[in-house]
Amino acid sequence: MSTPDDSPAVAISGLVKRYGRTTAVDGVDLTMPRGQLLAMLGPNGAGKTTTVEVCEGFLRADAGTVRVLGLDPVTDGAALRPRVGVMPQGGGAYPTIRAGEMLRLVASCAANPLEVGWLLDVLGLQSVRRTPYKRLSGGQQQRLSLACALVGRPELVFLDEPTAGMDPQTRRLVWALLAALRQDGVSVLLTTHLIEEAEALADHVAIVDRGRVVTQGSPHQLTSDNGDGKQLRFRARAGLNTELLSSALPEGCEVAEFDPGSYRVHGRVDPQVVSTVTSWCAQQGVLAEELRVGRRDLEEVFLELTGRELRS
Amino acid sequence: MSSPFPAGTFTPRPGSGRAGRMLLSHARTEAALTLRNGEQLLLTLLIPVALLIGLSMLDVIAMPEPRVNSVTPRIFALAVMSSAFTGQAIALGFDRRYGVLKRMAATALPRWLLVAGRVVAGLVVVGVQLVVLGVVAALLDWAPSGAGVVWAVALVLLGTLSFGALGVLLGGALKAEIVLALANVIWFVLLLAGGILLMPGSLPAGLAEIVSLLPSGALTEGLHTALTSGATPGPQPFLVLAAWGAGAGILAVGTTRMS
Repeated sequence: MSTPDDSPAVAISGLVKRYGRTTAVDGVDLTMPRGQLLAMLGPNGAGKTTTVEVCEGFLRADAGTVRVLGLDPVTDGAALRPRVGVMPQGGGAYPTIRAGEMLRLVASCAANPLEVGWLLDVLGLQSVRRTPYKRLSGGQQQRLSLACALVGRPELVFLDEPTAGMDPQTRRLVWALLAALRQDGVSVLLTTHLIEEAEALADHVAIVDRGRVVTQGSPHQLTSDNGDGKQLRFRARAGLNTELLSSALPEGCEVAEFDPGSYRVHGRVDPQVVSTVTSWCAQQGVLAEELRVGRRDLEEVFLELTGRELRS
Repeated sequence: MSSPFPAGTFTPRPGSGRAGRMLLSHARTEAALTLRNGEQLLLTLLIPVALLIGLSMLDVIAMPEPRVNSVTPRIFALAVMSSAFTGQAIALGFDRRYGVLKRMAATALPRWLLVAGRVVAGLVVVGVQLVVLGVVAALLDWAPSGAGVVWAVALVLLGTLSFGALGVLLGGALKAEIVLALANVIWFVLLLAGGILLMPGSLPAGLAEIVSLLPSGALTEGLHTALTSGATPGPQPFLVLAAWGAGAGILAVGTTRMS
């Protein structure tokens, strides 16, 4: 069995997965080169976890092909598993096992594991190493699960919502860890619904919605591929007459109230546009605050593509 | 913020651990978790010890004297059923709830070791139970027939595997709470009516045949024959246990879910 080193870390084409009548994944195509960090970004229920579980060999595809490090995750699972680290969503451990015991058990399955004590230390788990898993906080369970994914020094890791339930300090620590993984040449596929997480870490972002990849590219590409990519943002009281303001702007410029009191002008934003906006606001007796010209951010791309309404 | 991760910390060095070490770690973990779990200890040791002492000292069920010689094989059978079936099913139900099967299945641990670790742990727990119960029985002047010990050991091994397969069949398919309820109810029914307290020989004809075809009845009858008289138990208990184990094992392959 040959596993050429130039095969991508993950190559998914035409992946379909159904649960009864529900189609969870509906034709996903995705390629992740080795050594990259790819973030699958999408709302809950978009099909991220299902896609990852097919890559991990836990689920079989109904259609399409999936190759991980050039191998089939189901039929070549035995050869693949020692090379891959997995952090399942919501973790996983014996309910009554102590945190340190669990990590030591998983470490014993690897040929060259990381030092267990050190890993517990850097992830802030040293003080709870004798605490049963079911009595750990959600964030501690997540960190233990992350440690279990990394302890075998894998060349590829799948992390399903790695920072869910973590406080902001811990999230920063995990982000530093993910950056270190990438620097050391580990391929990382993570799922997240945190836009700033994808923006801060990923080489490549795939926005997933309703079982499909709706767009993908580097964060830079995704935020600049619409027209010339500049936009003007400002805050003012909610409910300004945006139609009136749009008519005052040059041809091709549109203004919209993105969130109550938060406005965005799209189109060719030049000094004239900025001047028009501020003077129009002045005429309305309104102060345009936090006025800023810049590229649109990933959040806007995300919401534009996945819709703004909440879904059950 | 300076990174606590110097360059090269995570440089990949993948590979699978040695099979012997993986089996040892996995089995030791499973056995230790069972032996320090309070509810499991109640089921696997305290209740059998209490029944062993109570039934040996008190004249509740008619038995020839010395009563302890008749009671001990039944309690051995109960101990095997308690840990290999009820304990195993409940632990598996909750392990699935907590995602441990998926967690372990995602490591380099081969599938056969995942099963082998649980089997070895189950045998270790049964071994601990029988040593403790044997010591208590010895204190009550238990005098087993030495000639039957080999048969008894074979029956205990087969019984552990068969009840273990039944435990996996139950614990691997249903929700943890339902597993908990069913595993305890079945334990209680088999204890009272499944040939353990009232052995097939003391039941009316018809009922006796049915009970001796249950795994609990077969194991109790076989152990009783081997340890009281030292006689060969005959093929029936072995065949009955093997049939239940094989049937449950084949079914469980199709019904066991990871979570």
